[in-house]
Amino acid sequence: MPVIDLANPTRFLGIVNRLLPWLIAATIILFAIGLFTVMNAPDDYQQGATVKIMFLHVPAAWLGMFGWGLMSIAALGTLVWRHPLADVAGKAVAPIGAAFTFICLVTGSLWGRPTWGTYWVWDARLTSMLVLLLLYLGVIALYWTAEEPGRGARAAAILSLVGAINLPIIKFSVDWWNTLHQPASVFRMAGSTIDPALLWPLLIMALAFMMLFVTLHLASMRNELLRRRVRSMRLLQAQELAEAGA
Amino acid sequence: MNGFTALLARDMQLAVRVGGGALMGALFFLIVVTMIPFAVGPDLALLRRIGPAILWLGALLASLLALDRLFATDHEDGSLDLLMMSGMPLELTVSIKAIAHWITTGLPLVAIAPLLGLMLNVELRATGWLALTLAAGTPALTFIGLVGAALSVALRRGGLLLAVLVLPLTVPVLIFGVAAANAAIGGPTPFGPPFTILCALSLASLVLGPIAAAAALRHGLE
Repeated sequence: MPVIDLANPTRFLGIVNRLLPWLIAATIILFAIGLFTVMNAPDDYQQGATVKIMFLHVPAAWLGMFGWGLMSIAALGTLVWRHPLADVAGKAVAPIGAAFTFICLVTGSLWGRPTWGTYWVWDARLTSMLVLLLLYLGVIALYWTAEEPGRGARAAAILSLVGAINLPIIKFSVDWWNTLHQPASVFRMAGSTIDPALLWPLLIMALAFMMLFVTLHLASMRNELLRRRVRSMRLLQAQELAEAGA
Repeated sequence: MNGFTALLARDMQLAVRVGGGALMGALFFLIVVTMIPFAVGPDLALLRRIGPAILWLGALLASLLALDRLFATDHEDGSLDLLMMSGMPLELTVSIKAIAHWITTGLPLVAIAPLLGLMLNVELRATGWLALTLAAGTPALTFIGLVGAALSVALRRGGLLLAVLVLPLTVPVLIFGVAAANAAIGGPTPFGPPFTILCALSLASLVLGPIAAAAALRHGLE
């Protein structure tokens, strides 16, 4: 089905309402399998059981960054193609991406305490994730301050595109600045450096998190559409009252 | 006089006349730097070590302070609408305004930086290099701030929103600016690499900032 068919909010809502129960079921099943394999995964020889934090931390970090990518694509949809659902998608993804980034920071800090001996260090990866969170909060603030949904959406779209250009630069500059976090270990040219016994549960958990992300995003888009409908109905009602009074 | 110089001259005149507040940023910079020794103590060795960082942070905050004047006053009296309707490309218009803004608020910061450096126990020889890093980096702050100013004027919200939007984006400028300044006062790393990256950041934001700012104005004020 072409994307343009989804431009009709009613049709989109119909599809979402049909899809959501399946997505919720898939999320629950994937999380059950994921958590089961995580519980059966062996402990790390050095870190012991604390390595289990990885199964929450790493997928959350991936999705925190994925959220900004999705928001930038939605921004292009808003500014270039003027797709009516693009700004709804962008607005819905910002708090979800911020939440995953926050989960990544919190779990990372709880993981850092036993392994590094401190909750927080001003290390490159931690700092760039923190800046990502701040940028997310800026976008959310921009959505909140706009009086009109459309105008706020366009402003936030520009900001997310500027952020999309800037995030690699921030990442790179912060990397250059100071580092303690381990380098990339899952996606590498020479293959993963993680033992398969830990890698498989991680990938299943990543899939479960992805499913959770999609479910939350679609549900949040539906809520946003309904909220806009309520808003226009209220405006209409106020107009009718004003005309009746006049 | 063509449109370019006319607009540049107009914006600079407005900035230096009564109510323009051109030197307010420099004054704020001076006050921030003066406050630091009250907070961390007058230990000269410590001040010398953190001096470049203080100067850069002060310059960042001072340039942020004046940003919401960039479009807000023009938007209030309607001249922004006239500028947008004129034949000049909006990207060029906003870059001229940003250049005028940098000359009236960024350049004074660069000019008083050597003096403030001396107050923070930086060697006289190194103060010139310190000011050079600010001269190379403050255009990036102005042109990144340009995007935030355009976004906030389009939403008719200024002040804190602008700072929240702009500050995270200035992280690279701060990192390489302080790295170059530390190298300038005799740090262990060479001066060249961070300084050239700082120049690159300024040039890149000179290109990208006006495009994003013009898009923000077009979408916000239509």
